[in-house]
Amino acid sequence: MKNENLYKYILGIADNSLILGQRLGELCGHGPSLETDIACTNISLDLLGQVRSYYQYAAKIAGDERTEDEIALLRKEREYFNVLLVEQPNTDFAYTIGRQFLFDVYHLLLLHELQKSKDLTLSAIATKSIKEVSYHKRFSSDWVKRLGDGTDESKEKMQNAIDNLWTYTDELFYQTQSDKVMIAEGIGIDTSKLKDNYYRHVSELLKEATIEIPESKWFQKGGKEGIHTEHLGYLLSDLQYMQRTYPNMEW
Amino acid sequence: MIITEPHIDKELIPILEQVFDPEIPVLSIIDMGVVRSAIIENDSVKVQITTTYSGCPAMDVIGDDIKKALQEAGYNSRVELILSPAWTTDWITEKGRQALEKYGIAAPLDAEADKDVLLNGKRVVKCTNCSSQNTKLVSQFGSTACKALFKCEDCQEPFDYFKCLK
Repeated sequence: MKNENLYKYILGIADNSLILGQRLGELCGHGPSLETDIACTNISLDLLGQVRSYYQYAAKIAGDERTEDEIALLRKEREYFNVLLVEQPNTDFAYTIGRQFLFDVYHLLLLHELQKSKDLTLSAIATKSIKEVSYHKRFSSDWVKRLGDGTDESKEKMQNAIDNLWTYTDELFYQTQSDKVMIAEGIGIDTSKLKDNYYRHVSELLKEATIEIPESKWFQKGGKEGIHTEHLGYLLSDLQYMQRTYPNMEW
Repeated sequence: MIITEPHIDKELIPILEQVFDPEIPVLSIIDMGVVRSAIIENDSVKVQITTTYSGCPAMDVIGDDIKKALQEAGYNSRVELILSPAWTTDWITEKGRQALEKYGIAAPLDAEADKDVLLNGKRVVKCTNCSSQNTKLVSQFGSTACKALFKCEDCQEPFDYFKCLK
């Protein structure tokens, strides 16, 4: 493929939204309350909508017969390049919110920069998505505060979730070979420059939520190179079930 | 922000005004501001529409409805979805805003008021049932991607608010 680096770069961004969108979609009809259920599935819908724009573009870049659906639904586990954070399960509502918050802060910073990309399609998708993601961040930030600064039980659960998800945050700033090539071409975003801002922002909000900032400096990574935690396989078997069972099925 | 006026051939406006958002059947796609251009080229019409929210499932239906309406009027058509410039609630026309209110959905306020409403819970959104200003945000996310859920503290009715998107 001529533009393989660009293709991989697009997937690196889009796969995060696809996998997180699928995770949130699992809560449809299972949220802790009607409003939170609707909010999580609305966020899922936004993310999947954004994903369609990215995959349609990726399909065009690939230049062969592949379609957005094939890209979304027919890759093998090691061909997905999402970060480990977004594939973590909905252990409890605090995990769902913690995962969302840790991703939303990053996502918004990324999209702000992506608007300036030399690639006009990526820049247009970013400009469109940013409006939606601002709402996501408001929602998750509010809930981190509400749970963290809530009852003893909600505080304990929120703290647990942050403690356990923290190890996946550093990977957000990991750069693959394709990322580096795209950054050099002015298309990709140098995420290492977002890192200080990210941790500053996250720490401020956690402080406000009376949640202690984890001290651990040991971080997990691998997803961006296709090496995932055990959770992704289960998620994909759900996500891909219909296409695998009824190949070429369409709505 | 880039604000571009939509470019729609005059004779097409009455046809496109008959196409409505399937989720909000009182709001025509012209009043919603999603039609960015509609141009007659020979016997065929090229229509460009923009999404409101990226994941809005109504967009596919709207595309099909446009084709159907134009076909009935004797035109072949091609509908293209464009991303840029990104849709904003500012593009909803005055007529559209009134239709929303009448239908029971509070129309979007300006961006600053929206921040107040959604961030600080200030009571700015008027109840669509009794016009009271004593209303409360229940959830930032409502029955569709474009709406937030409110409740009136006076008449106790729940209602939707069309979120401001800029």
